[in-house]
Amino acid sequence: MEFLVATGIGAVTASGIYLVLRGRTWPVVIGLSLLGYAVNLFIFAMGRLWQDAAPILTATGQVADPLPQALVLTAIVIGFATTGFVIELALRSRHESGTDHVDGFEPSSTTPNAVEDVK
Amino acid sequence: MSDFVSHFFASHLSVLPVLLPLFTAATLLLMGDGGGQASHGGAKLRYSRLLSLTSALIGALLAWKLMSNASTGTLSVYPLGGWSAPFGIVLVVDRLSAMMLALTWTIAVPVLWYATGGWDSHGRYFHALFHFQLMGLSGAFVTGDLFNLFVFFEVLLIASYVLLVHGHGRERFKVGLHYVVLNLVASALFLIGLAVIYGVAGTLNMADLAIRVAQLAPQEASLFKAGALLLLVVFGLKAAIVPLYMWLPGTYAAASAPVAALFAIMTKVGVYSIIRVHAGILGESAGHAALAAEPWLLPVALTTTVLGVFGALASHSLSRLVSYLTVASVGTILAAVGLFTPAAMSAALYYMVHSTLVIAALFLLVELVASQRGDIGDRLQPSTPVAQPIMLGLMTLLGAASVAGLPPLPGFLGKLMVLQSAAATPAQGWVWAVVLSAGFLTLIGLARAGSILFWQVLPINNQMSNSGGSWRLTSATLGLLGLSLVLATGASPLKRYTDAAAVQLADHTGYAQAVLGPVGGAAAQTTRPYRGGEGDVKLPPQGDKP
Repeated sequence: MEFLVATGIGAVTASGIYLVLRGRTWPVVIGLSLLGYAVNLFIFAMGRLWQDAAPILTATGQVADPLPQALVLTAIVIGFATTGFVIELALRSRHESGTDHVDGFEPSSTTPNAVEDVK
Repeated sequence: MSDFVSHFFASHLSVLPVLLPLFTAATLLLMGDGGGQASHGGAKLRYSRLLSLTSALIGALLAWKLMSNASTGTLSVYPLGGWSAPFGIVLVVDRLSAMMLALTWTIAVPVLWYATGGWDSHGRYFHALFHFQLMGLSGAFVTGDLFNLFVFFEVLLIASYVLLVHGHGRERFKVGLHYVVLNLVASALFLIGLAVIYGVAGTLNMADLAIRVAQLAPQEASLFKAGALLLLVVFGLKAAIVPLYMWLPGTYAAASAPVAALFAIMTKVGVYSIIRVHAGILGESAGHAALAAEPWLLPVALTTTVLGVFGALASHSLSRLVSYLTVASVGTILAAVGLFTPAAMSAALYYMVHSTLVIAALFLLVELVASQRGDIGDRLQPSTPVAQPIMLGLMTLLGAASVAGLPPLPGFLGKLMVLQSAAATPAQGWVWAVVLSAGFLTLIGLARAGSILFWQVLPINNQMSNSGGSWRLTSATLGLLGLSLVLATGASPLKRYTDAAAVQLADHTGYAQAVLGPVGGAAAQTTRPYRGGEGDVKLPPQGDKP
């Protein structure tokens, strides 16, 4: 089980990093959420892997560590909020600059399509 | 009644700097916002400003009260929900936290006053977001738990994402996207570091960690070190150290003036977290993982100062110049932290207070100057003379002298303390060379900027609008610059305070006794890292319930 979980987390992290390094906003957003999933699973696994054990302290029987589960829950909520925000920001940035490249201009054009005359 | 009030304040004072901005921001959201220029001068905006400023003033009073409480050396521990540490979440206010709180709220008041001069009507919900950011900052400074530090980091970052793009503009959205993506990747790294630390030590409470880390076996300790160094990367990104400072100049230069001034404290959150984790938890008594950051922090910090100053010299606009000075000042602070002695820590804290105040003031000043130079703005090219050359020139002179470290201003005292604390350490030569030459080069950069801005002027062109700044804007900037002078005259009490804070920071057992109570210190028991099934579950004896 440990091997499967570890390679799974590794594969998801690798895909996430690859996508974050892309030049368009959409793959970057997907990469960020993949990275978020991998991190959540990693926190979960840091409480050790258990079978048939509830994360509730009882007098008898095996119990799993409840704290990582609480941590993951918080991290999931925060990850959700930030992903929502970054999607909105990417859409707005696309609207403002007319391209979905993260640098705000198409790499093929030699000059940024905006001279900084706004300020 | 007054008994009830005084009792209430005595027992809940630590949590109030977090709750006050939360409720203020929620009220401001509920009040609504007309949005955009249409609301300018409207009744709603006036009420929002009144509420926001009042709340900031109350917050500043609370923070100062906390600082005066902490100056006696008492640690106030606030268990949230009445659950005792290390299982419950606690807020801890020691000298360092109280000082950072006081600094945050002291800057917030003039910056907010500046923002009411017009910036708050350039977008929606400026005041609500400002208070959410203050909540995140206050929370990050008072929390006694690493995971909660992450949560408050996210609170302050989400508010900062929106504040950064406040006022719109293509440039802001471009750097905004970079800033958000970088910080989200850093958050992922933060969680990985936390998970590694939790997996090894089985706790995330700072007081508990400081005890646990000393008990780790060498192999586990190296894993712990890896986690802590991952956190160093994350905090280094927030604090903008080499090689993670590239995002800062563009971002801070693009932000609107009051937002950039508030962001001056945000880099210090990174510095504060580095101090907490690498000097607090991983101090000299941390067993095999002791001083994990020592080989890295000092060289990286000195490089940061050098590159920051070079960046400032090469800047072609005043806002970028000030942004690079932020980078350089962070380098100086961390160089002192990297010496890992109480005297150097005290110097670092003193310099941190100084540089935060003066850089916040400079960011406000940049816009005052830029708005009086027509279309050129803050670019360092000759233009028409500013409308208030004497006042702005003197303000720039004062700010420049302080940031470069000329006597008798606090920048000089701070640098002197850093130099003194580095004397007779192996790194003396490097620290002296970098700090002294950085001050000299900063002065050259600022002198060049000042002479272009105020002396190389073109004949006045009537078509350019050229009016002075409103008294609100100038009084806010003067207020922040004036604090720098207060800091020079009040250097001695502040020095005593930072000395005591540095000593308190190194005292792990005192901290653990205060936070963990009878469970702490030598009597510490733990079931963690929890490996259920290996014998009975033993819970530590419960601390006295509050």
